[in-house]
Amino acid sequence: MANLTMIQAINDAMRVELARDPKVLVFGEDVGNNGGVFRATENLQKEFGEDRVFDTPLAESGFGGMAVGLGINGFRPVVEIQFFGFVFETIDALVTQAARMRYRSGGRYTSPIVFRSPFGGGVKTPELHSDSLEGLMIQSPGVKVVIPSNPYDAKGLLISAIRDNDPVIFLEHMKLYRSFRQEVPEGEYTIPLGKANIVKEGSHVTIITYGAMVQTSLKAAEELEKNGVKAEVIDLRTLSPLDMDTILASVKKTNRAIIVQEAQRTGGVAAELIAQITEKAILHLEAPVLRVAPPDTIFPFAQAEDVWLPDTKAVIEGVNNVLEF
Amino acid sequence: MTVSLAAEHIGQNEPLQILALDGTVVNPEMMPKLSDDELKEVMRRMVFTRVWDQRAISLQRQGRLGFVAPVSGQEATMVGSEFALSKEDFILPSYRDLPQMVWHGLPMYQAFLWSRGHIEGGRIPENVNVLMPQIIIAAQCTQATGVAMGYKLRGEKRVAINYFGDGATSQGDFYEAMNYAGVYNLPVIFFNQNNGYAISLPFAKQTKSENIAVKSVAAGISSARVDGMDVLAVIKATQVARERGIEGKGATLIEALTYRYGPHSMSGDDPTRYRTGEEQTEWEQRDPLIRFRKFMEAKGLWNEQEEEKVIEEAKEHVAEHIKKADETAKMKVTDLIDVMFDTLPPYLEEQKAEYLAKESK
Repeated sequence: MANLTMIQAINDAMRVELARDPKVLVFGEDVGNNGGVFRATENLQKEFGEDRVFDTPLAESGFGGMAVGLGINGFRPVVEIQFFGFVFETIDALVTQAARMRYRSGGRYTSPIVFRSPFGGGVKTPELHSDSLEGLMIQSPGVKVVIPSNPYDAKGLLISAIRDNDPVIFLEHMKLYRSFRQEVPEGEYTIPLGKANIVKEGSHVTIITYGAMVQTSLKAAEELEKNGVKAEVIDLRTLSPLDMDTILASVKKTNRAIIVQEAQRTGGVAAELIAQITEKAILHLEAPVLRVAPPDTIFPFAQAEDVWLPDTKAVIEGVNNVLEF
Repeated sequence: MTVSLAAEHIGQNEPLQILALDGTVVNPEMMPKLSDDELKEVMRRMVFTRVWDQRAISLQRQGRLGFVAPVSGQEATMVGSEFALSKEDFILPSYRDLPQMVWHGLPMYQAFLWSRGHIEGGRIPENVNVLMPQIIIAAQCTQATGVAMGYKLRGEKRVAINYFGDGATSQGDFYEAMNYAGVYNLPVIFFNQNNGYAISLPFAKQTKSENIAVKSVAAGISSARVDGMDVLAVIKATQVARERGIEGKGATLIEALTYRYGPHSMSGDDPTRYRTGEEQTEWEQRDPLIRFRKFMEAKGLWNEQEEEKVIEEAKEHVAEHIKKADETAKMKVTDLIDVMFDTLPPYLEEQKAEYLAKESK
């Protein structure tokens, strides 16, 4: 066991996989000698050499396409998109190429690629660094979308993502990179993709969330508990595929639910969750399932993050709205 | 215009030509080393491809094929470049490049199934090194760098070749791919078939550049500019590019000047809107088949009977393979679900069960 930050756990996951499987390659902008702009790939080039861990020219589409080519040629690329706001430069490689490779070749070729990328608000980045674009990804058939909320999950999920034989988008919330430490086992362990985690048990209302909003929701749940409200908090961990078994079991127990997300309200995973809960558990609901989410504007100017991003107060208000419905 | 760089360039100003229009050899020192049998095979494949194209257009009009992008006029670029490859080399084609795929080993009925929109069209046999035709123009260029990097990392003497038209050279992916290939010194051949038009848009409106070969300068890679209606020039340039690749000298951009006699595709394009009859006639005089036939006949390697034999053979082959395509089982939704992932996630298992129930009714 080691007491690690999330960024250290992510670094450790790549180290474990680079050592285990010679087909694993790590590349992206500044991931080599520099060790990544957040140190996610620190020392990996030193340990594994320039053939395994290397820098690319500054062109996301170029390295996205290169990853697809390496994937069909038997390698397992772990690619870093420096900030997920830059995904638009390589969305063709990701969504129309990697995601479709197995399908369009009838299974002949595959894209066992992990696209790692930081995202997330609360750290006052410049434009297009923090946007939550996972909604665009979950509606793309052929990819899995994973968002860890803590160091332990980050390592286990990233190892699973690298071993997965299909493309995985692995989104790392910047605010969580170094905000707390956790005991993380040394060596290899996996957490299955597509499995949510009940991070706090409760019986009155279900809070479904992911990423940095897990911490916000847990704080809200503690506050609510002081007033006798027992909220169950579910950390999705994987946004595609969704763990509907865990979600529905919880909703059937609590009969009330809210979804807390950092992404804007329209579209997104909350809309999909509400649709599925309505389809599969409407008779168990005492109130509509509500969304706690930012307004449908462009991601805020840094100085407006605090008034834009959902906070503990917003989550408590959301819970109260479904309780008092 | 002159280009002086460390990289090697062939025919930057005047495209490399080996055969004159009358079939005589004008550039003997660049003559590729080919046996008589190999020369005959090149001729056979070009004639075969011309017949296949005519049959494909006709089958498309009858509704027996779906998406068809005519290739007549481009036989030298397609057949010649593929002929210069080893079967170990990997082809990343565009939607027009079905001939290279078939000459590289893809059974023709699968090319027909791809045209129709059937999953079996993309199920490339294990020992055939080609990817499905790329619809997103220039995506194949960046993917070729990845395939080539794989060969380089494993120390394999193989190259990845990608094909694209003149319009594709305006895409960002084209530049990014050449640049990556340059930086990593990858065994890639960027094969440009410059047929002068991207649907209706003439080359002069893609770029103010005098030609495409010079665009290699931006990436610091080698280039060759060839007469794409001269199959021997195409073979030579591709051989040189391949050798550079496997000898660790990096990537080459080949610009082959060619022409498509037919429309952009059989999906409603009318080339008389943007091309003149004179232009068409002028290019037809440079026809790769006529020129190479003259060369072959002068060497006593080809005659009318041989050509007739190939024409018949091609017609039979097409007929046999369209029949095989007809006999391929129809797709079901469950077939599509099954190839989405290695392991189906629960939501697709659920949807599969739904469709299984429908399909068993």
